[in-house]
Amino acid sequence: MTAAALDAPLLVMRGIVKSFPGVRALDGVSFDVRAGEVHALVGENGAGKSTLMKILAGAQPADSGEIDVDGKPVVIDGPKTAERFGIGMIYQEFNLVPDLGVIENIVLGVEPRRGLFLDKPAAVKEAGQVLAELGIVLPLDRPARRLSVAEQQLTEIAKCLVRRARLIVMDEPTAALTDREIDALFALIGKLKAQGVGFVYISHRLEELPHIADRVTVLRDGKAIETRPIAEMPQDDLIRLMVGRPLESHFPELPAVLADAPIVLDVRDLSSDSGVPVRDVAFQVRRGEVVGLAGLVGAGRTEIVRAIAGADIPTSGEIRINGERIVVRSPDSAIRAGIAFITEDRKAQGLVLGMTVRENTTLAHLAQFVRGLFVDKAAETEATNVEIAELHIRTPSSEQIVSNLSGGNQQKVVLAKWLIGQASVFLFDEPTRGIDIGAKAEIYTLMVELLERGAAIVMVSSELPEVLGMSHRVLVVRGGRIEVAFDRAQATPDKVIAAATGVALRAMGAN
Amino acid sequence: MADPDIKAVMDARAGEARAQRRRAARIRISALSVAVIVLLLVVNVLAHGNFLEPGNFTHVLRQITVNTILGVGQTFVIITAGIDLSVGSIVGLCGMVMAIVANTLHLGGPGTFIVTLVVGLAIGCGSGWINAQPVVRLGLPPFITTLAMMQVGRGLAFILGHGQSIPLADSTPFDWLGSGYIFSGVLGFVGIPWAVVVMALVAIVFAVILGRTAYGRYVLADGGNEEAARLAGINTARVKTLVYVISGGCAALGGLMLMAQFSAGTPQAGTGDELQCIAAVVVGGTSLMGGRGTIVGTFLGALLIGVLNNVMNLVHIEAYTQQIVLGVVILLALILDALRKRYFGAR
Repeated sequence: MTAAALDAPLLVMRGIVKSFPGVRALDGVSFDVRAGEVHALVGENGAGKSTLMKILAGAQPADSGEIDVDGKPVVIDGPKTAERFGIGMIYQEFNLVPDLGVIENIVLGVEPRRGLFLDKPAAVKEAGQVLAELGIVLPLDRPARRLSVAEQQLTEIAKCLVRRARLIVMDEPTAALTDREIDALFALIGKLKAQGVGFVYISHRLEELPHIADRVTVLRDGKAIETRPIAEMPQDDLIRLMVGRPLESHFPELPAVLADAPIVLDVRDLSSDSGVPVRDVAFQVRRGEVVGLAGLVGAGRTEIVRAIAGADIPTSGEIRINGERIVVRSPDSAIRAGIAFITEDRKAQGLVLGMTVRENTTLAHLAQFVRGLFVDKAAETEATNVEIAELHIRTPSSEQIVSNLSGGNQQKVVLAKWLIGQASVFLFDEPTRGIDIGAKAEIYTLMVELLERGAAIVMVSSELPEVLGMSHRVLVVRGGRIEVAFDRAQATPDKVIAAATGVALRAMGAN
Repeated sequence: MADPDIKAVMDARAGEARAQRRRAARIRISALSVAVIVLLLVVNVLAHGNFLEPGNFTHVLRQITVNTILGVGQTFVIITAGIDLSVGSIVGLCGMVMAIVANTLHLGGPGTFIVTLVVGLAIGCGSGWINAQPVVRLGLPPFITTLAMMQVGRGLAFILGHGQSIPLADSTPFDWLGSGYIFSGVLGFVGIPWAVVVMALVAIVFAVILGRTAYGRYVLADGGNEEAARLAGINTARVKTLVYVISGGCAALGGLMLMAQFSAGTPQAGTGDELQCIAAVVVGGTSLMGGRGTIVGTFLGALLIGVLNNVMNLVHIEAYTQQIVLGVVILLALILDALRKRYFGAR
């Protein structure tokens, strides 16, 4: 392909405007993608990335603005139309049918038929061809629910290609992938670029952009602030443009743990059998201390905190809070013992999306707001407004339905829910997944405030810099056990990775 | 504590949002009421003036008492994304059991009434509790467990009377509920049927429970996101069990009212009522997906269906045609609700 053809704009969006009640989500955004280009789209949560992409995918109509595909103006009035123009979407939460096999998922909606019946051999051939061209190996008959995250993503990509997509939008594609899987994904994107496929690449992992993107556009408050080739966009500039102000340091200074700080959380020989089995886990967290749980996805870190929080029932072991043994039989008993569990998946586990900010904020401590027989809404509103102000939750009011808030603000509502109780132990599971740098920094600052108030924190995180930057001690979890514990000074990325994978060499052999 | 300025701003914003919602609601309601008034006048002419008559109005309210009360319980169940198909059968079963209890007791007067009511509520709530067990312990779909209870309850109702109705030996303790009026004769007014008063009390009490108590909030949260509710420390099994108990209790009350009206326990009483009350709940804007719904809506839903039935009777539309009209109206109500949500946003 010639250089000129590669430069032909595949997609041009001009002056896109979209308003929601009370918010102007997009304020005249222009954006374009050339064939064979990866165009990164970055911005804080609520900047308008998702809305822009939903308009492109036909999931929402724009209020005004124009879209050209291959230089011709088009009207995208639904997902089917978007598909016809060669636009493929891969959302962060994949859209696979869990009980259908890989093949069935790939050809879903475009199944080859013979007369009235599905033509499975033709489907296998068609999907097989797409996969073979790219050198992808997938278990074709396995139901989607039993695929790994990376395999599900490859299935989604194949789904786009079977539909002859020439522009693929990827939302946070690397959020749940291991480093090796990320390398494989980038190689695959490279191959597709060479075939002239264009990409919109949405990511919060700014450090990976120079490895994958050609250009980058920064969105802020519904406006496209700047578009530049990635080579001319140092990370500092990127962050400054995203937040609109220079950001001092990524992680705040952690206050030192006092030498005589009492042990707040004491876990002894904890085991559980829900999901990944947890075996004989023992550790202690002092007042004012953050203990980070590092490890690979599926190592059992989430299961450990779930067992402490009563989300799963431990099969054996002992949990003490401030020296007192507690029996955890349900989330309720853990909450009453002073444990707050900020879950990984805010939409599935953290929030009732159809309820208001106020209703979500008070949900776990509603008893505090009951006067006589009734819930005192005025008291609820007051407490909620305090949290809205303290956490800088961007919402028109405490009566806003949380599904209307952006991801980072939703996460802050989850935090608000636990802050109004007087918990002494905070269990954070992936506290900053899928949220932007500004909101991340605010959450780190909040963690420091909690420490100063005397809390003990356990933090599960898959982001190595976060674990290393925000923990006093790092425990590496593997196979449901604590493999090794590092003090902050000893913990280096390579040591943690080696422990998490069980010696670097063995990790290469496995999988 | 929050900065007072921030608090003032937040309060102002909340007030503004509330005012905006009130304005929107007012416009909706006024447009709707004009349409309704015009429609009512047209119907009144067609019915030769029999429709807009105080006597007819109380008649309609009386007709919808049982459906509204069943609908109140059903609203709680449906908000948790469940369904209770057994209420019609529980109406029949409780009516039979209560007729037997009333005929066996020799207390006379209010004593008979109270014991009968208590036994009936125990059977109704107990049936609801049984409905809930497979749902909360094993995660079985409530459609199935309440379908089973629907069969069992109806079968038991017939067995208890050997297929026959059981007339009340002495109906006097129940007559006030079956056919009595309150405020009768005041200012020449026909009065309000006691059954309507009971319906209003039940609706108000449960509307307050749903809207203003912690339990009501938990029901809405459980329906909106059960896992999030559980992790917030809510005993979701207990919340769900209780909604089926409430539904069973409401069905028992419905059974009592029908028994009082007929002065007999009838085994086929309440047949098909489960679907009638689900229709009222759904027309009233409660989401079958759970998490959203109101008692006021359910009452309005039951009222709409009741008025339609009444109007069609007055203008002599035959019964089979009435069924078709009702079906179409239920569908139209849901389509309108869906369109409203699409164009004006949820809630």
